[in-house]
Amino acid sequence: MFGMEFYVDPSRCIGCQSCLKACEECETHRGVSMINFDFVDRADSIATAAYVCWHCDNPTCAQVCPADAIKKYEDGIVGSSLKPRCIACSNCVLACPFGIPKLVPEYEQMMKCDMCYDRTSVGKRPMCATVCPSQALSYVTPETIAATRREKPVNTFWFGEQKITTKVFMMAPAATDAISIDVADYIWEGEHELAPQAF
Amino acid sequence: MSWLRRPSEAPLWQDEFSVFTADERYVNRRQFTKFLTLTSFAMLAGNLWILARSIFYRAPKYAPLAVAALGEVPVGAVKLFAYPSPRDPCILVRPADDTYIAYSQKCTHLSCAVYYARAQNRLECPCHQGYFSITDGSVLQGPPQRPLPRVALETRDGKLFAVGMEGERT
Repeated sequence: MFGMEFYVDPSRCIGCQSCLKACEECETHRGVSMINFDFVDRADSIATAAYVCWHCDNPTCAQVCPADAIKKYEDGIVGSSLKPRCIACSNCVLACPFGIPKLVPEYEQMMKCDMCYDRTSVGKRPMCATVCPSQALSYVTPETIAATRREKPVNTFWFGEQKITTKVFMMAPAATDAISIDVADYIWEGEHELAPQAF
Repeated sequence: MSWLRRPSEAPLWQDEFSVFTADERYVNRRQFTKFLTLTSFAMLAGNLWILARSIFYRAPKYAPLAVAALGEVPVGAVKLFAYPSPRDPCILVRPADDTYIAYSQKCTHLSCAVYYARAQNRLECPCHQGYFSITDGSVLQGPPQRPLPRVALETRDGKLFAVGMEGERT
């Protein structure tokens, strides 16, 4: 929209959590932060990663929604669930390969990043991108990102056999064309109990 | 409702409730109501137009045309003429000694030329066996829905004049 695209670079995230606070102020979901914020490996590292919905070209969350509550709009934004339709079944929460949708029990509704639709639809930047001091979340033109970053924007993801192309770009090493994730790599196969997570 | 959809591999529910708003083909209640309202207004406007037309309609007047002299056509015979324009074929019939009657020759079904069947005393269309009464041009059988337009005749100075068309607009 307006020639701008969203670029996520977790390697630049400094963990300030400004995006969480800024997101809460967005008009479309006032008071609830839609940023997905992770401590990557808290026991051994201070690394953090903040990211938004990837707005898939063929969104899995919407495909599995039994209530037709999640829509991909004509400008490529996958909206948050529509309140009159969402039945809080959590299908999308379980289906999204990125783990983006969140069920908000108080509202009995799934809520997720809608890229501040009230702002981006009129040419403004999303709240998180306006406040991110290290521009780990940035909403700029492709020319700007090519001129200022060494990494390459990638929007193709492989989850096993499932190929997903997205509207939002991940900054990846320059030699990378697609990001592949083998889910089996993350399944615990050891004999011992999984150590309790630090958070 | 397959004629409403463009051919698509996806099942109907996926077409109607597409994930992509641009492809949605589900008509919601508001759209349907809007459609009904606009269509009703269009129907009202159309009906008012038809009403106005029928109120202000005046049957056109045609110039009289001498068709035949009295006695020129024998009893049971016909004479073909064209009225009101040279491209409107008509048929004059003398079914009885003092009776002259004329109709448009175009069958009201598909405009074939009707002829006078003397034995049955009626006008017949050979194309689809549409039969018309000789007394008033009404349909006796066959596919035509409307009677034959009748040519009004007048006798002036021993001559038959066609002076107008009756029942052209039915």
